[in-house]
Amino acid sequence: MITIADAGPQTTVQDLGRTGQLRYGIPPSGPVDRFSFVLANRLAGNPDTAAALECTLMGPRFEVAGPLVMAVTGADMPLTVNGRETAGWAAIALAAGDVVKLGAARNGVRSYVAFAGGLDVPLVLGSRATYLRGRLGGMEGRALKKGDVLRVLPSTAGRPAARPRRVTVRAIPDYSAELTARVVLGPQNDRFTDGGIRTLLGDTYEVLPQSDRMGTRLRGPRIEHARGHDIISDGIASGSIQVPGDGQPIVLLADRQSTGGYTKLATVCSFDVWRIGQRRPGQTLRFRSVTMAEAHRLLREADALLETAVREEIA
Amino acid sequence: MDVNTRVRALEFLIQQKGLTGVVETVPTFSSLLVYYDPRAVGYESLCAAIAELVPQATTGVLPPARTVELPCCYDAELGFDLATTAARLELPIDELVRLHAGAEYLVYFIGFTPGLPYMTGMPERINIPRLDTPRTKTPPGSVGIGGIQCCIYSVESPGGFWILGRTPLRLYDADAAEPTLLRPGDRVRFRPIARAEFDAIAAAVAARTHRPVIA
Repeated sequence: MITIADAGPQTTVQDLGRTGQLRYGIPPSGPVDRFSFVLANRLAGNPDTAAALECTLMGPRFEVAGPLVMAVTGADMPLTVNGRETAGWAAIALAAGDVVKLGAARNGVRSYVAFAGGLDVPLVLGSRATYLRGRLGGMEGRALKKGDVLRVLPSTAGRPAARPRRVTVRAIPDYSAELTARVVLGPQNDRFTDGGIRTLLGDTYEVLPQSDRMGTRLRGPRIEHARGHDIISDGIASGSIQVPGDGQPIVLLADRQSTGGYTKLATVCSFDVWRIGQRRPGQTLRFRSVTMAEAHRLLREADALLETAVREEIA
Repeated sequence: MDVNTRVRALEFLIQQKGLTGVVETVPTFSSLLVYYDPRAVGYESLCAAIAELVPQATTGVLPPARTVELPCCYDAELGFDLATTAARLELPIDELVRLHAGAEYLVYFIGFTPGLPYMTGMPERINIPRLDTPRTKTPPGSVGIGGIQCCIYSVESPGGFWILGRTPLRLYDADAAEPTLLRPGDRVRFRPIARAEFDAIAAAVAARTHRPVIA
């Protein structure tokens, strides 16, 4: 059991998200940074699908009722156990009464806290993920608040504490580094001028503070439409770059609207969507176009990195 | 056969055949979004498999449509744009309500917010351009018209449709086993109700004792 002493500005329960509900207008939700989320679960000895916490800009403070293995990944929030600084990106064995605190993020936006066994909240439409706008899933469809008590499912991983795991240095992302996100053009790139497409691919965009789990709003040189910015509404993919009439792009994320009537110039590749979700307001990013074949090759590379990212320490 | 029927028929065939690698599908008015896992199927081979289904995607493959009856209260408070819309269309209010409630609508897709239906079938006489300036908040259950479409707001949200009335039913209910009331392809009929019946149904909906009429 975990008792929340201080929830932080937006801490939610997430799993890998719900599928099959977009046709009813319900987004998948799940972690904005799937990479760090999966690694947190693997460190804790969980299947990738287990439910864990997503913390935003500042983490929670909580107390655990019994011995528990925990793992923290993602944004660089100073982590302490009973006031003692502890390193993230590793499995941590907690004892009954331990108090864990994640401070304000120094780099990145979202961190993930997984517990061996996974968080026990009810399955809603097949998932434990929280969809805040729809008040669905997770902890009563809302962000955590002070006094919440979360249960943890029994762990099937044996005794992970005996075999400490950590993420290799090579696999830990540097959120302060420059970012060039890979995109595949379309589906409405024909609705933009060549100059408009060159603007997206050649210029620098700044992340705005209005960004959230629905999308990352960007500001930069205006992207020029060739003919009108409205389309007959169609489906919006994860990573879709929507460009409304003002020419300022929005990258759509886990809690996106299922459909929309604005032109979409390109789609950020799944293996880079999480990098955008970790950009802080004021940070910049660029875009680079890749072919579909190249995107699929890069996806396999990203998968391979994930497969070798967790190492078990030899005692 | 209209494009939306073909979209929904194609979606149905893709689901029915269980095409390898397909994760989920989102039908809209004239397009179908297919999510797939490129680890399980290549782009070209999936496109080829879907292209093979396109000629079969006709009305005949779709299961019979459900017809959902939605009680709707067309009064001045809940249908707060009723008078302006009637004036704009140069129709008496009664006639606007009669035309709107007399039609049968088709849910051609659900989108924007959870459970929000976009519907066609509206009489041409009440087609109307959307609001010039969208309102920032529209109460859930609000029945609106804009362009050639009718929609029902499912959660409190911004909106550009003219609001003629409100249904006491919940188009989206996060706590229900099936949170969304309508599905793509449903037929919808509005049953005009007085304010007293609206309040009675709303109370029954809140108490979870109300069963929507679905045939």
